[in-house]
Amino acid sequence: MKNTPKTITMQVTRFRPGEDEAPVVQSYEVPLRKEWAVLDGLNHIKDHLDGTLSYRWSCRMGICGSCGMTVNGKPQLSCATFLTDYAPGPVRVEPLRNFPVIRDLVVDISDFMEKLPKVKPWLIHDGEPPEGEFLQTPREMDEYKKYSMCINCMLCYSACPVYALEPEFLGPAAIALGQRYNLDSRDDGAEDRRDVLASAAGVWACTFVGECSTACPKGVDPAGAIQRYKLTAAVSALKDYLLPRGARR
Amino acid sequence: MSRRSPEPLVWLLFSGGGMVAALLVPVLLVLFGLAFPLGWLPAPDHEHLLALVRHPVTKLVLFGLCAMALFHWAHRFRYTLYDGLKLKQASTLIIVVCYGTAVVGSVVAGVVLLRA
Repeated sequence: MKNTPKTITMQVTRFRPGEDEAPVVQSYEVPLRKEWAVLDGLNHIKDHLDGTLSYRWSCRMGICGSCGMTVNGKPQLSCATFLTDYAPGPVRVEPLRNFPVIRDLVVDISDFMEKLPKVKPWLIHDGEPPEGEFLQTPREMDEYKKYSMCINCMLCYSACPVYALEPEFLGPAAIALGQRYNLDSRDDGAEDRRDVLASAAGVWACTFVGECSTACPKGVDPAGAIQRYKLTAAVSALKDYLLPRGARR
Repeated sequence: MSRRSPEPLVWLLFSGGGMVAALLVPVLLVLFGLAFPLGWLPAPDHEHLLALVRHPVTKLVLFGLCAMALFHWAHRFRYTLYDGLKLKQASTLIIVVCYGTAVVGSVVAGVVLLRA
């Protein structure tokens, strides 16, 4: 450990509205400690070097989903990405791609916030709720559990080349969350979600590049959820073509 | 998109075509491109192969493989042109050319197989 450098250079993209015409890169030297994540480096800059740096963060443990950034070109949670992995540096920290920048590393997520409720990501249950608990077997839970791990960090939107080209695309996380409820044994809302999920801006916009699943820090596999829903939607569409109205579903 | 959009149907042809091509094309390539010409396996004689190809089931399987693989190509190439070359504004022309080529190719495959 003797030869390990004690500092690392962080090249942080700055954009101060009214001050900067375009984003500029600013370099900071921060201590290189093995337990420090990129977020700790940013906190060090904010506390000791430059209080004007803006970025979002909250939990520091990969649950809140607010500290997504582009680190050395890849979408990452800055709290789960360690500075030592980029030694000797420099490490580039940029805002999430495919979103408008408000200031420095803070992006405008209103597009996602508008899309998310369209897939009705809540339990839709026909009839009366059961008395007491809503029972479910472990196997029934396994059907959707992976998709329920989404923390809305939007790394998948940042990684998706289709979202970059077609901003109206519903996007990986929203579709995976729709599937999270469609596949839940307690839910009867699949038909309600179908017009949004099975639309041109829904699953049919996806060309299965798969970068969303690579970027996802929680193992949600949105690409898998989308391909699975494509089959469901295609079979439903075939039934619409071939069967009389009464025999569908 | 209305529920009458053809997108799910062309996607079914695309995904089915990818599956069929992935399962059958490597086998055919290894047999007819390597194993028979290089003598790894005794090559069937012409009469035998012709009798096999003339069987209705073989014709059906080969036609399915040709048509579905062509539709797989058409769908993939359409999106390559849309996203890779950013030509989505020429969408109608691209759709006609891609799926049209697949239809023409399928008809040609059908005629060749029927005449065999």
